[in-house]
Amino acid sequence: MLLPTSTPWSTDEALGTYLERRGVSRRDFVTFCGEMAAILGLSASMAPRVLKALEAVKRPPVVWLSLQECTGCTESILRTAEPTIGDLLLETISLDFQENLMAAAGHAAEKALHDAMEANKGKYVLVVTGSVPLEEDGIYLTIAGRTAKTILEEAAAGAAHVIAVGACAHWGNVQAANPNPTGAVGVNQIVKDKPVVNIAGCPPIADVITATIVHVLTFGRVPELDSQGRPKFAYGARIHDQCPRRANYDAGQFVEAFDDEAARKGYCLYHVGCKGPATFSPCPIFMWNTRTSWPIGAGHPCIGCTEVGFWDTMTPFYGRLPNIAGMSVEKTADTIGALAVAGTAVGIAGHAALTAAGRLKARKELPQHPQGPPSSGGPNPSSVS
Amino acid sequence: MAATKVVVDPITRIEGHLRIEVQAEGGRITNSWASATQFRGLERILKGRDPRDAWAFSQRICGVCTVVHAVASLRAVEDALDIRIPPNANTIRNLMVGMQFIHDHVIHFYHLHALDWVDVTSALKADPAAAAKIAQGLSPWPNNSESNFRAVLERLKTFVSGGQLGIFTNGYWGHPAYKLPPEVNLIAVAHYLEALDWQRDIIRLHAIFGGKNPHPNFVVGGMASAINIEDTQTINAERLTDVKQMIDRAQRFIDQVYWPDIVAIAGFYKEWASIGGGAKNYLCYGEFPSTDIRDLSSLYFPRGIVMNRDLSKVVPFDHMGVAEQVTSSWYQYPAGAEAGLHPWDGDTTPNYTGPKAPYEYLQEEKKYSWMKSPRYNGAVMEVGPLARCLVAYAAGHQEVKAQVDELLGKLQVGPEALFSTLGRTGARAVETVLLGRLMQTWYNQLVDRIKGGDVATFNGDKWDPSKWPAEAKGFGYMDAPRGALGHWVRVKDGKLENFQAVVPSTWNCSPRDAQGQMGPYELSLVDNHPLIDPERPLEILRTVHSFDPCLACGVHVLDATGRTITEVKVQ
Repeated sequence: MLLPTSTPWSTDEALGTYLERRGVSRRDFVTFCGEMAAILGLSASMAPRVLKALEAVKRPPVVWLSLQECTGCTESILRTAEPTIGDLLLETISLDFQENLMAAAGHAAEKALHDAMEANKGKYVLVVTGSVPLEEDGIYLTIAGRTAKTILEEAAAGAAHVIAVGACAHWGNVQAANPNPTGAVGVNQIVKDKPVVNIAGCPPIADVITATIVHVLTFGRVPELDSQGRPKFAYGARIHDQCPRRANYDAGQFVEAFDDEAARKGYCLYHVGCKGPATFSPCPIFMWNTRTSWPIGAGHPCIGCTEVGFWDTMTPFYGRLPNIAGMSVEKTADTIGALAVAGTAVGIAGHAALTAAGRLKARKELPQHPQGPPSSGGPNPSSVS
Repeated sequence: MAATKVVVDPITRIEGHLRIEVQAEGGRITNSWASATQFRGLERILKGRDPRDAWAFSQRICGVCTVVHAVASLRAVEDALDIRIPPNANTIRNLMVGMQFIHDHVIHFYHLHALDWVDVTSALKADPAAAAKIAQGLSPWPNNSESNFRAVLERLKTFVSGGQLGIFTNGYWGHPAYKLPPEVNLIAVAHYLEALDWQRDIIRLHAIFGGKNPHPNFVVGGMASAINIEDTQTINAERLTDVKQMIDRAQRFIDQVYWPDIVAIAGFYKEWASIGGGAKNYLCYGEFPSTDIRDLSSLYFPRGIVMNRDLSKVVPFDHMGVAEQVTSSWYQYPAGAEAGLHPWDGDTTPNYTGPKAPYEYLQEEKKYSWMKSPRYNGAVMEVGPLARCLVAYAAGHQEVKAQVDELLGKLQVGPEALFSTLGRTGARAVETVLLGRLMQTWYNQLVDRIKGGDVATFNGDKWDPSKWPAEAKGFGYMDAPRGALGHWVRVKDGKLENFQAVVPSTWNCSPRDAQGQMGPYELSLVDNHPLIDPERPLEILRTVHSFDPCLACGVHVLDATGRTITEVKVQ
């Protein structure tokens, strides 16, 4: 994405016509819509509706603001999956202002921002990475002499939709960790008059952004969100309940120290601090870097980076979560409570044996089987093993 | 005629938020100011935390050079607690850091720096057949074909005629400082596009060993990714093969695309070999240990300083000579500390004295940046690929010397050409070529060790805090893609008592010090530096980008009440 494309998607052209002109086969487009329907948690019968809606949509203008951040989110997007229709979608979006990659600088860049906002007033999608520092009248971040807060307020006023990408824009992230020296807050602390979609994670997986945009284009509104403003289709299930190592957990097979015999067999990382049981994220399904691997897949415990306040609630990272019984697999962050270091209980036998693709499709149909905690995973909130 | 005041804010195509102000007269820059306009603050946040968590916090300093702060923190904690990591872990970290260098440098050239030299609109006039002829004369890269260049040209034409310039909107196209013929512009645009797919592929190495990129996972004492070539959930034969293929593809692109492009494009801009030199001293901490990080003789890039551009000798470096000043920074030091404080004794009491936002100029202000001014025994130091290259060159490093001499030979210039805007960009390519080869060496070492039965990736002897001394301190150094990076930690009663970092962009982006010495960015902008059109400051971007600024930095910490504390500046 973020690049010139062979066949620009012109402003008043329907996506269907555009893709056809671009040489994307009907079959690929149908497949993509089916995948998107699955990711969005829609039944298979909804795929034709996605298809129909997407075919007819017009190109959405996008304005992108980089605020108080590390640029990891933009980097994550640059690593998104192999060129797919999703990529094409992002690629063809008109990014008239993106500081990290744009050719112009200074006044010329500021003018590009201003022009893009003026020309598409009330219609553009505003994407924000980075938090907003509020202490000392916001002087901890200025761009072109203006504070981040001023810039965000102005850009949000003319936006149709606001998408906060990454933990910084979501809730402030590491700079907002105790004691939050600069008074960093997320976008939804500034933008109150319209829904803000939070693409959680430090950084998030870029595929979630694609799916969110597809949702907006298909239904003309943002997807259903949980209490933290995260799309439920992506953040509705715990890592623990989707983890390929779940069978090891259920069988009481745990890594007790890095590189021990259990680690060399790929067993469960719960005893070395895995926060998967308290973390809602699609990591095990979407995976990272064109589906190469993911943190637990590379032997490291999940650190809970999609959760608000994880630098304080999930640390020490190598400390074991408390064990809370009776948690259901279908519960979402809304019912558990966002900041609670939630339980590890619950198992759905055989759940982990499903393939990622299978889980993607099967997720909705799985029955609820709340169970007690396995005997080997005793509660020990403070230990760092 | 009075000097014209010019402000460039934001400086785009960098990491972070940087503002440059200059004064120009008669087409030359006569004075300059570099200002970091973002402050995040991590040191206070790290205080009291588990030292084993520090790498994850400090990693979030920067998502571009995503592994370097993690590794510097690991080294600092491992230094403090005297933890020795297994040879496999050292090799895996080298592979991850090495790929970070390669990834960073190639992306920097094509996606952040190239548009300073390459006029995208000029490429529209190119003849694809002629472009193919030129490109094939430079390299055997299979995509340097007429049909491919024709396809790219068509893409570009549709793009421009569609009126959707996107990120190319308001570029300085047609500026007289652009010198490349249309065909070379087209070649560069084609490779700009290819590099985008390439970078996505090769950085998957981080996902294999660290689970994801950006922000892959590490662990104090080694690596969390266990090796078992017979298992599905570990580093196994399939994953190692994938790694090998990534390394091969990385090296092929460096040798057949990046290096030839650098040589070819530099040939059209030789005047930039006498522009933008600036600082005269070059510092390198050293990097890539083949055994243990504590063994300085095992570093591939040696540690040291080149003073006053004297390539006949390398001056030894002692980190106790580092001191930071705040003469021009929005902080206040205790009385008597005007000459600077060593990071062990660092103090960061914020004291914003700048104009209230929105503001127009900072150049009349006595203090004008969130960046401090690190100095070495009072001297200004440039850090980064050029410093690394010059120190190695002066130390007689055979491989560095051969690669540098090849570049100088092709451009028909002497070593003095290195002290320039062009020199920085050339040095970056020189070390990328060498790292492409080193990656192969490290990979073979890893596989040989596994074959020999050594699969250890983690040393857990001192994992448990009960085995730690009551008090300890450590220095974690790294010569990161953008230069000398230091993390300093103090551990007390199992917790981090203090954490500080002095990062490459702090050295390079530092403002004026107590003696009135400008920082390296500022010095480079007044060193024989043109600015033809203040409305289109293309030349400023060339020189500033040649440092590859990474500014998430300036990140000093303070507490919410406004008193205090220490710092983390970010690369």
